[in-house]
Amino acid sequence: MATYPRRGRRHPLAAIALLLIGLFASGGAYALFTGTATAADTVPPAAQVENGKALFAANCASCHGLSAEGTAAGPSLVGVGALAVEFQVGTGRMPMAGSGPQAEKKPVQFAQDEIDAMAAWVATLAPGPGLPDNRFLSGGNESNGAELFRVNCAMCHNVAGAGGALTEGKFAPNLHDIDPVHIYAAMVTGPQNMPVFSDMNITPEEKRDIIAYLKWMDENGSVGGLDLGALGPVSEGLFVWIFALGGLVAITIWLTAKSN
Amino acid sequence: MTVATKSKPARQSSGTGMRFVGGVANYLDERTSISTAVKALGRKIFPDHWSFMLGEIALYSFVIILLSGTFLTLFYDPSMTEVHYDGSYVPLKGIHMSAAYSSTLNITFDIRGGLLMRQVHHWAALLFVAAIGLHMLRVFFTGAFRKPREINWVVGFLLFIMAMAEGFTGYSLPDDLLSGNGLRIIDGMIKAVPGAGLWISYLLFGGEFPGDDVIPRLYMLHIMLLPAIVIALIAVHLVLLIVNKHTQFAGPGRTEENVVGSPILAVFAAKAGGFFFLVFGVTMLIASLVTINPIWSYGPYDPSPVSAGTQPDWYIGFADGMLRLIPSGWEFEVLGGTLSLNLIVPIVVLMVFLGLVAFYPFFEAWVTGDKREHHIAERPRNAPTRTAIGAAGVAFYAVLWAAASSDLIATHFRTTIEGVILTLQILLIVGPFIAFWLTKKMALALQRKDREVVLHGYESSRIVRLPGGEYREIHTPLDDFEKWRLVSFDEFEPIVLRPNDRGRITLSARAKASVSKFYFEDRIAPVTKPELESASQH
Repeated sequence: MATYPRRGRRHPLAAIALLLIGLFASGGAYALFTGTATAADTVPPAAQVENGKALFAANCASCHGLSAEGTAAGPSLVGVGALAVEFQVGTGRMPMAGSGPQAEKKPVQFAQDEIDAMAAWVATLAPGPGLPDNRFLSGGNESNGAELFRVNCAMCHNVAGAGGALTEGKFAPNLHDIDPVHIYAAMVTGPQNMPVFSDMNITPEEKRDIIAYLKWMDENGSVGGLDLGALGPVSEGLFVWIFALGGLVAITIWLTAKSN
Repeated sequence: MTVATKSKPARQSSGTGMRFVGGVANYLDERTSISTAVKALGRKIFPDHWSFMLGEIALYSFVIILLSGTFLTLFYDPSMTEVHYDGSYVPLKGIHMSAAYSSTLNITFDIRGGLLMRQVHHWAALLFVAAIGLHMLRVFFTGAFRKPREINWVVGFLLFIMAMAEGFTGYSLPDDLLSGNGLRIIDGMIKAVPGAGLWISYLLFGGEFPGDDVIPRLYMLHIMLLPAIVIALIAVHLVLLIVNKHTQFAGPGRTEENVVGSPILAVFAAKAGGFFFLVFGVTMLIASLVTINPIWSYGPYDPSPVSAGTQPDWYIGFADGMLRLIPSGWEFEVLGGTLSLNLIVPIVVLMVFLGLVAFYPFFEAWVTGDKREHHIAERPRNAPTRTAIGAAGVAFYAVLWAAASSDLIATHFRTTIEGVILTLQILLIVGPFIAFWLTKKMALALQRKDREVVLHGYESSRIVRLPGGEYREIHTPLDDFEKWRLVSFDEFEPIVLRPNDRGRITLSARAKASVSKFYFEDRIAPVTKPELESASQH
């Protein structure tokens, strides 16, 4: 069989060129999707802002007002910054499913570029906190983070991050498996009933340490076996009554049963 | 000597094994006369019922606690000296902490088998107190605390209190954030004692809370004083159990004078020994699969942070619940000091509750005026008022217990914490009355059903047409064994108020008569012999 004149049809460097194109394409796409976090300081393109304004008018304005000035049903968003939008919309809390003690986490309602567009528009209304630099979202010292967490966060979120009750049906959510940007955003913007932890209070490096601690807990499961929801003595007490004592009582009944 | 003579025929028929056993037994007996004790104890009879084994669970879990606790003392350092942690647990590296916390972390992460032993110790401790609680309920609801066992009830009650004290002191030893918060609450309660509170607190903590004396002091209590008291009380409890004999449920051939069951040697001993290993096995299984008290995620104690969802171990939960249910603002300034009724009232309520539990047997003996010995355990339905009082107590305790987890109830059932607290406050007062009323009704109804079944048998749902055209359902009569169980119980009637020999009706007689009326006014009379005989005619 005659060989195809392959060498004549394709340049010897074609494979390398293809590889390079592929790398650039995937790298570019990656940068496009994750680059939002570093794009805080860059000026957003006008088209994105316009898009954000339209999305806001369609989905948010009924409560927050057409120019985000706030209504009786929702607060003003002037000056909340892009980071607050990223947190509220990016965790699914906004738009709210219904009015209640507090907005609850639910499946995210928008694509990331739509969230970015709304964030960009809200950020044009007045200066406010923008997305953090990527270097504050990973790395960090777990033990310093753990200590800061105990001092600043544990009284509401529980020392193991299991969450806790607040007044009037409000609650501090559990902190397992949360996107680092959202942990950072929560500290900076103080959503719902959470106080704001400004950079004067907890520096960006310290925020990074807290994120590192929470991520460490996500990645390293419970060392002692089932953690029973990390709820402490209540679940342990229920477990001992139901399973340990319950099991042993079943055994006593078995031991004293008359044979058939 | 008995053992020696007994081993003689065995020597002829079997090999060196039996000869060795016989020899050892003889050697021991000649020096200690132990055979007398073995003979007496070995013939001791224990009746068979599942609920009679609950105390055993408590006893065996205490043995597990002793064994695992001994392991822990080898590596635990009861000191509040400040150290920098340098073990394997990353999120605490370089953190300031007490040597007590650091050594507990080392037991957990750097000593082979240490975490398992900690978990065995803690699970067994929770099981210990839980088994005591259930055992107490069994004794209460079957009237097994009546003469001659009132003293053993008090000994058992003291064991319950000591077990809680053991639990609380042990819970505090790791010096982690959670237990430190608990200790701070105790400190607050002590300081609320009018006048002396501050002094007692300074005495206990060796100065201002938390100081650096309290951990070594709790350690001394936890591993020396309290275990010694518990062991002594267990010994008294078991000796009294042997002296008083075990109760048994009514049945053919079982009287107030005998005990029907298996002898200690060898049936009961084999069963009990096997049961020990079952309790051990269950505890080990749970300890190897389920985390308890993950102190590493709580961090070292520091008086400033207080975590959400801070709770004590379950057996202190009722006290924590009482503190949570007291309305806020019960604090007054009196003579330049603060009168903390928000802490004093809970302490008093809890003491009164525990006091009622401890002295109930004497109260009931006073009401019934019953001086007879009781060795037949009662079925709860046959003492409706006592059972109802017990249910009211259980309801009161249960509400307090639930209140200790008010915040978790609020978050997990999506409701407001204020609503949970208010509901539980109302339930704490109303709940016991509802429980009393319902239980008494149920007990009386069950007694009525028993009476019906004894006299007329079970409905067989077989309907027969008689020659005269009448339809009748056939009732299957009970066999005599079943009948015995249902008809043999004591009946009490309210005391009739009569003047004493000086012709006067004293105040205490009046009180006794009215309490007696409260106890025995509503009752179902046991089936009498003539009734039984006439019932068997048709």
